[in-house]
Amino acid sequence: MASILSDRTSGSTESTWVNPHKPIGGRLITEPFLIALIFVGIGGILMAQRFAGGLGAVANISDGYPWGMWVAVDVVIGSAFGCAGYVMAFLAYILNKGKYHPLVRPAVLASLFGYGLAGLAVLVDLGRYWNFYHLLLPWYAQPNSVMLEVGLCVATYTIVLMVEFTPAFLEKFGFENARRKLNRLLFFFVALGVLLPTMHQSSLGTMMVVVGHKLSPLWQTQMLPVFFWLTAVLMGFGVVIWESVMASLCFNRPTEKAVLRKVAELMLVTTALFVVLRLVDFAVRGQLGAPFGAHGTLMFWVETALFIAGILVVLPKPARTERKALFLGSSFVLFGGIIYRLNVYIVGFIPAVGPWSYFPSLAEIFVTVGIFALEVLLYLIFVKTLPVMHAVNAKHG
Amino acid sequence: MPDGLVDREAEQLGDLDSYEGTLGGLTRREFINYCAGVAAFLGLPSAMGVKIAEAASAAARRPSVIWLSGSACTGCTETLLRTNHPSLDTLILEQISLEYCETLSVGSGHQAENWKKKAMQENHGKYLMVLDGAVSTKDNGIYAKVAGQTVLEMVQEVAAGAAAVVSIGSCGSWGGWPSTGVNPTGCKGLPEVLKGKPVVTIPGCPPNPYNFLSTVLHFVTFGKLPELDDKGRPKFAYGRLIHENCERRPHFDAGRFAMEFGDYGHRQGYCLYKLGCKGPETYANCPSIGFNDVGQGTWPVGTGHPCFGCTEQGVGFSKPIHELASLKSVAPPNSYPDVRSEKGNGASPGAVAAVAGITGAAIGAGAVIASRLGKQDKADESPQSTGKTGA
Amino acid sequence: MTLSRRNFLSRAARGSAAAAAAACTAVAAPPAANALQRPPKPMPAEAVGLLYDSTLCIGCKACVKACKDANGMPVEVAPEQTAWNGGEWDTPVELSGKTLNVIKVYTNGTMAEKDRETDGFAFIKRQCLHCADPSCVSVCPVSAMTKDARTGIVNYNPDACIGCRYCVLSCPFGVPKYEYDSPTGQIRKCQLCKHRLAENQLPACADVCPTGATLFGRTEELKAEAKRRVALKPGERTHFPRGDIAGKVGGARDGHEAPVRVAYQQHIYGEKELGGTQCLAVSAVPFDKLNLPTDVPETGYPTLSEGIQHTLYAGMVGPATLLAGLVYLAHRNTKDHDVD
Repeated sequence: MASILSDRTSGSTESTWVNPHKPIGGRLITEPFLIALIFVGIGGILMAQRFAGGLGAVANISDGYPWGMWVAVDVVIGSAFGCAGYVMAFLAYILNKGKYHPLVRPAVLASLFGYGLAGLAVLVDLGRYWNFYHLLLPWYAQPNSVMLEVGLCVATYTIVLMVEFTPAFLEKFGFENARRKLNRLLFFFVALGVLLPTMHQSSLGTMMVVVGHKLSPLWQTQMLPVFFWLTAVLMGFGVVIWESVMASLCFNRPTEKAVLRKVAELMLVTTALFVVLRLVDFAVRGQLGAPFGAHGTLMFWVETALFIAGILVVLPKPARTERKALFLGSSFVLFGGIIYRLNVYIVGFIPAVGPWSYFPSLAEIFVTVGIFALEVLLYLIFVKTLPVMHAVNAKHG
Repeated sequence: MPDGLVDREAEQLGDLDSYEGTLGGLTRREFINYCAGVAAFLGLPSAMGVKIAEAASAAARRPSVIWLSGSACTGCTETLLRTNHPSLDTLILEQISLEYCETLSVGSGHQAENWKKKAMQENHGKYLMVLDGAVSTKDNGIYAKVAGQTVLEMVQEVAAGAAAVVSIGSCGSWGGWPSTGVNPTGCKGLPEVLKGKPVVTIPGCPPNPYNFLSTVLHFVTFGKLPELDDKGRPKFAYGRLIHENCERRPHFDAGRFAMEFGDYGHRQGYCLYKLGCKGPETYANCPSIGFNDVGQGTWPVGTGHPCFGCTEQGVGFSKPIHELASLKSVAPPNSYPDVRSEKGNGASPGAVAAVAGITGAAIGAGAVIASRLGKQDKADESPQSTGKTGA
Repeated sequence: MTLSRRNFLSRAARGSAAAAAAACTAVAAPPAANALQRPPKPMPAEAVGLLYDSTLCIGCKACVKACKDANGMPVEVAPEQTAWNGGEWDTPVELSGKTLNVIKVYTNGTMAEKDRETDGFAFIKRQCLHCADPSCVSVCPVSAMTKDARTGIVNYNPDACIGCRYCVLSCPFGVPKYEYDSPTGQIRKCQLCKHRLAENQLPACADVCPTGATLFGRTEELKAEAKRRVALKPGERTHFPRGDIAGKVGGARDGHEAPVRVAYQQHIYGEKELGGTQCLAVSAVPFDKLNLPTDVPETGYPTLSEGIQHTLYAGMVGPATLLAGLVYLAHRNTKDHDVD
């Protein structure tokens, strides 16, 4: 079985290079597509209401909870899903693990959508969105603001992702010259694509340091940047595994088992490191009693249980090549990461001069669902029409 | 003047012979004249002279009232004269028998004193004692004497046989203005002097006559006193702070104050708190009923001068008129936001259902996918599937 | 290579676990031992603010109304009153997009005595405290929140603001609020009536207070007055000024004499909390009962968040170095073949 990679030789001329990626093809208008479309439509109508009537007309955010579902889920959690591209770029191009290459492009696509739509969610959530470009103008910049750094980093990273994904377009439409030229410069964007998420994912954690006592002692620590970076990494691995297994199930494709085994091992190590560091952090801060009564105790245990479940599922060696175990393990880890970020931004947040209560409104939920449905929709369109996924060699299992 | 009418009215008098003995040695004619004189003195129409005569004869059926005066200005008696319902004549002639009152008695000297003693004897344990004015206690009370007896002694003597004791006015209630400052004569309120005997106090300077009359007539009608507070004040009149009933309270609540006499706010009728109104720490019903039955607003604040707390010991005549009042217990109205009120938009049933639905669907789908993947894994491991694509 | 990458990685993993524990200690330790903290910001020399004395406050809410008038803020109806209050009566429950200043009441039991903790009631005024080291200024990405260098007043500029509401999230006292019911909402908070100060007029709340419960002045002078107050004993007669404590802004006004009725808490709120605030408060009821944050450090939280940012990103040296290394590796690993 010729390896896919052996199709490429160094210094190949255009006539001998065979694109290892291929569109999956198949019908665009499928059931999942239509369902996603409906949710996108509902979300769109609600978004129009938000712009016409103000945030209060649609969302349940209030004076006590200025950041609700749209920030916590769409932006903070959504961008963590977008870290698939981050981890794969690091593995493939920095550590030079050639075997990860097949996973890179779908990861970059997932990241592009994750960050792009997080950006869309930000625009929906900003109260004075027409001034958003002020973030990019140096004379408005307030350099101590963590949010400024996050905003600039995310904006830059989205552009980097677009550049990283451009080859897929160029290949599809046959712009071979452009493709080769771009290819020579891509290494710089790849480097940026590893630096930027390191910066802003950790800063998403730093953002909550300033709220001080308004964040439950279960989560408030100056280690927040480390924890957010770690969850970004482990969620990145989780997305890669999850997406790969789902693609194999839905599109009847083989999984790259050897590669996934390695990714699962990395996910296991980072998740274990996260759990251990959380414990050490409690001890250093003198908060070992917090998990037994501090604000948000129940959700803390849910979060921890999910991470530990994820670890236990992929701990046995044989499990790391079984698709069920990979699916469950990555699902638990992803869920744990989701809950962790939800906890830091909403559950653990104790507004000043309370008591305040918050639960997303139905409309808020449907806007979020709509944004995620849009991501699913676009993903389906892109993988079916553009060379994203590695071509399946009929002889390769 | 009734002179020419007396004879005609005398025909309607009925049997005056039975009046013999109760007339204190007066002839019938003298008695009728006397009653007419009383009516004239009271400013009553001449026909009232008959009523007075009838009332006098029915004295035994009406409760006796003995009205004493201590160190007083007579303002409380004056306030009583401003009553319209009941009118004074109805009160004195039909409802009570005012046996002794230094201001209103036509008789005086030994005549009045003897009458008092006789009334006390005949109605022992049944008469109502009223005191206006404070009781001077220094040096055994020599600074106030009537008929050679100190007021201090007199009140104790009269109270001994009284069914109920009422002190009208701040002086009688807690010492009033004579008791403030240096208090050279040791003036005290009646409750302080009459230890052991419950005293109803009707403070005010002067109090609204209806506070007193309602209390007395409650006693006359029902045979018992109305509900009293811990200072012996009837709760129906002194149960609330002036601040609670003041017609300018909305201005207080909205922060509209007269800052100086005559300024815009003062002319608009704004709250007088900043000018020293003691309404927030004074218990009385002045804003509710006003004075003199001439309509709303006939009380000090209504005329634009801050209340100085005349009913309240420690406030009236003690605190400077323009010193800011302290806010006594005013349960803040429920429009005041609590420091710790529940706020925010909580869960709606729809939203909870949506989240539960999404979570449930995710878990359910996950379970289905996991089992399908499990089957695929098993299929992969089985010998037949080597080399085939995973389904 | 003698040291395989795998061996290197596994050794690194073990070593880094130990390093992580050490790093945690340095980073996550309580502020006193914290390595990542920048120095606190001092109060400007001419800092101005308010002194609120809860024992003098009678809950008349003249300040609430005056603030609304002076700043053109609309009526706000409490949520439980919407059935019968059609806007004729301004009844704010809390600071919000419509209310920059509010008086709230603390009640306990029978509410029999004012300024008593048990079976009593007391009032508290809430408005921006104009912190010395404000969180809102530190977090705003577009400099919409700024602190005046001279007077220390924390200003808001709606033209710069993007409405991200990070300031709302970060204020430890829950002050800035956003107008959720407007499609063009902005952040609202007390700005010490700087437009009135510019005309030598008092902030509206200090101007109308009938008892002098709200005083305006330089924070240094207000602090001295606050210290004088908390040392007073019940029964002492003393002078309470009104308006500007120095008698300059808004003209001289007369104060009033009154006896001290209750013992003050030996605590000036805002003197030390989170680096100090320019607006102070004294009270007879403990401040935590008045629902103000009291279990807070003596340095502002920006010292912690900016400490992290400055350490990691000072001069962008760290990121630049990292980027250089990444660029080198990426180039080396991809120059021979196509990037996916």
